[in-house]
Amino acid sequence: MLHLVNRSPFEERTIDACLRVAAPGSAVLLYEDGVYAGVRGTGVAGRLEAAAREMRVCVLEEDLAARGLQDAALVPGVHRVDYDGFVELAIEYDSVTTWR
Amino acid sequence: MATPARKRFLWMSRRAPHGSVQAQEGLDALLMAVAFEQPVSVVFLDDGVYQLKRDQDPARIGRKNFCAGFPSLGIYDVHDIYAERESLALRGLREEDLLMPVRVVDSAALGALMEAHDVVMSF
Repeated sequence: MLHLVNRSPFEERTIDACLRVAAPGSAVLLYEDGVYAGVRGTGVAGRLEAAAREMRVCVLEEDLAARGLQDAALVPGVHRVDYDGFVELAIEYDSVTTWR
Repeated sequence: MATPARKRFLWMSRRAPHGSVQAQEGLDALLMAVAFEQPVSVVFLDDGVYQLKRDQDPARIGRKNFCAGFPSLGIYDVHDIYAERESLALRGLREEDLLMPVRVVDSAALGALMEAHDVVMSF
């Protein structure tokens, strides 16, 4: 399954819930304010790094750039994808869910 | 003629810039207060500190770069601009990551700042 998260990790617990529940081997795409969770050096980076060892964690390039993070170092194991990559992920996984 | 009452306003901006319209609406409201010649200070805390991140390019997601206007607030006599140290640290942001120099204050100083103003607005 592909999990979509668009909430800031510092304002809501959405990303925590997703990472707690998501099965190993699934994919998590962080977009909109969710991309803040994928940046290296924040207070949630350790949780993301642990998750990235068990599942595929991606952040949306366009939303990073919008927020001034186009050149930011990401948490180890977390990958950048662009809009085309987003579409490819949605095709690759059998189902997609958006966490609210 | 009596001088209109002036109150000291503190604007607290707590939301990330592009995930909702709240941050931008806060700036619009701030400019309205300034138009009424009220002294205004501004503080960024929680996800609000992300509004100060340099090199934002929200055209990539079809949004306006309203944060680019912050360095011009001095034109409107808004000179006291603060960011909370704890909020920056939690998000891995350093002062050199910001689009303008601001006064970095800790939480205790921010509490005192709130006490020192007549009206505190939160956006």
